[in-house]
Amino acid sequence: MSTQAERELSTRQAIIEAIAQEFRRDPATVYIGEDVGPAEGVFKQTEGLHAEFGDNRVIDTPISEAGMFGMTVGAAMSGMRPIVEIMFGDFLTLVMDQLVNHAAKIHYLSGGGFRVPMVMRTGIGVGGVLGSTHSQTFYSWAANVPGLKVVAPSTPADAKGLMTSAIRDDNPVLYFEDRMTYNYKGSVPEGEHLVELGRADVKREGTDVTLIAFSRMVHIALKAAEKLEAEGISAEVVDPRTIAPLDKEGLIDSVLKTGRAVVIDGGHELYGVTGEVAATVSEGAFDYLDAPVLRLGAPHNPVPCSKTLEKFMVPTPEQIVAKVMSMYG
Amino acid sequence: MAARKKKEAGADLDAEALVDLYRMLVRIRVFEEAVRRYHVAGKAPGLVHLCTGQEAVPTGFISVLRPDDYITIYHRGHGHCIAKGTAMDALLGELLHRREGLNLGRAGEPHLNDAATNNIGSTGIVGGSVPLAVGAALSAKLRGTDQVSVSFFGDGVLNQGVLFEVLNMAAIWSLPIVFVCEDNRYGEFTEGAKVTAGKSYTDRGAVFGIPSEIVDGMDVLAVREAAVKSTERARRGEGPSFLVMETYRFTGHHVSDKQEYKKSEEMKEWEARDPVPNFRQWLIEQGHANEAALDAIDAEIDTEVDEAAKSADAMAEPKAEDLEAYVYAS
Repeated sequence: MSTQAERELSTRQAIIEAIAQEFRRDPATVYIGEDVGPAEGVFKQTEGLHAEFGDNRVIDTPISEAGMFGMTVGAAMSGMRPIVEIMFGDFLTLVMDQLVNHAAKIHYLSGGGFRVPMVMRTGIGVGGVLGSTHSQTFYSWAANVPGLKVVAPSTPADAKGLMTSAIRDDNPVLYFEDRMTYNYKGSVPEGEHLVELGRADVKREGTDVTLIAFSRMVHIALKAAEKLEAEGISAEVVDPRTIAPLDKEGLIDSVLKTGRAVVIDGGHELYGVTGEVAATVSEGAFDYLDAPVLRLGAPHNPVPCSKTLEKFMVPTPEQIVAKVMSMYG
Repeated sequence: MAARKKKEAGADLDAEALVDLYRMLVRIRVFEEAVRRYHVAGKAPGLVHLCTGQEAVPTGFISVLRPDDYITIYHRGHGHCIAKGTAMDALLGELLHRREGLNLGRAGEPHLNDAATNNIGSTGIVGGSVPLAVGAALSAKLRGTDQVSVSFFGDGVLNQGVLFEVLNMAAIWSLPIVFVCEDNRYGEFTEGAKVTAGKSYTDRGAVFGIPSEIVDGMDVLAVREAAVKSTERARRGEGPSFLVMETYRFTGHHVSDKQEYKKSEEMKEWEARDPVPNFRQWLIEQGHANEAALDAIDAEIDTEVDEAAKSADAMAEPKAEDLEAYVYAS
């Protein structure tokens, strides 16, 4: 771990700090998006960047997601190292062609001739009463496409370290940040801080069951782990941090130790990342499993606007505890 | 009248430069004929889209570009690759999906690209490469170079939404890009006029305040003149241009397309405007070259293409272990 000075930052501040530090280091970096300049982002997610770096580094675009995303790919292929912000992860639907058919494949199809060193930054997460087209979590779609890297941080320190690594990576990296974690605070190294892409992290050690959780679900899993401790069950919480490429070994190692696993995600459970991870650890730790690997994600309906209904879309610590207890039936 | 216009258009070129244009026209024509033969013989599988009839556009336009200028192309892009400097054996090797092909045999015709010549390439999606060209123009502007980016695309793109998004951004930021629409009258098997609203295709650029004009895409010197004007404007930092090249594909959408949707009178009318023999005739009439000299060039090109074909034939098939190489850059 880093030995440099640390202080408390929110997730939002940590991401901005990573971007600002890379912008000072590398003149090829540029930030492209809607309302990202003087307005500093609809959630203040670009606060201070335009003031420091100006119009040529922090560029406000029209509301033209497909065009600006494709333009970012072209800029990345021709000497820039751009970040493009897609305000809501739901708008991935608008950039799919440029993302899937262009950004992801160009390095492969050029036989290594072209690189696409870009980051797509986008917000996800249920809880803002924003409804069905502003609350979705689509990283499982992206992870299914060869050539893309996909990350989803849970803590401020990881948010900084993953953003720094994403910017320096020579591939298209999709950075999914859960807006509900923006105000979560944590200790963050002050200077340069990198978290290697493709490396999981144990957020809490335990011996009886592994809770593999993505993004904000890490915090829900940590709460569940406390409740399980009261029941005499020691839960290990593992955060993959990078969804593609997945740290298979890191996840399997934990399950080899505990013999049980629940995979928790804020996206839909069906056909999502929980299935991929459950299969991965089932295959890798089959002989060591004391129970089938279980999954927990959002139910299979669109996210409703109603606050009353919306809350059923987010896995709870109680649901995780129930899943774990069912293994001891 | 046409000859007079050509003379004015080519007035800044000496005989050698004019003959070079002829050489490129013939090179592309003969290369495409070779590709057609390979496809018919089953050696270039998949769909093959030839630019036969449209050679004046890549020849005339790319003749004014610098090696460091960017281009994006589309599925009818063999001519653009050759004009930008891609070796014909590597290009043909790619169409045969060989390991030493331009893109290691993995791109094939729909996705040709060439980093060495700043050819960002074709992406297999109609209109998909246009935003990439605008991104390269943005990059040139941000890096403070005077590089120009040129996006070549077919008339089918006129009805793709992403074109309008990037025309708008190119205009608001005054980006150094030229949009070159090759209007060959048909999007696949459908006549463009039947599916495209508006009085003129140039309206699609003009509505954004972008200088837009129709160019005789069968006349290599007219294309070149429009290229000089639009690229100089872009290099001076004055922003984008939108050009509609009136042209015609003499072959089908792909080689196996029998073109039953075209009228024979229409085909004859356009064949009379064939850019290769007409330019040859003009060179002779204007005294820039004689029959014998041009015959010698034709023979040289035949040899060049034969040699490229031999070289491509000798290239090995990809190996199984190549499959997963370059998924990620490292």
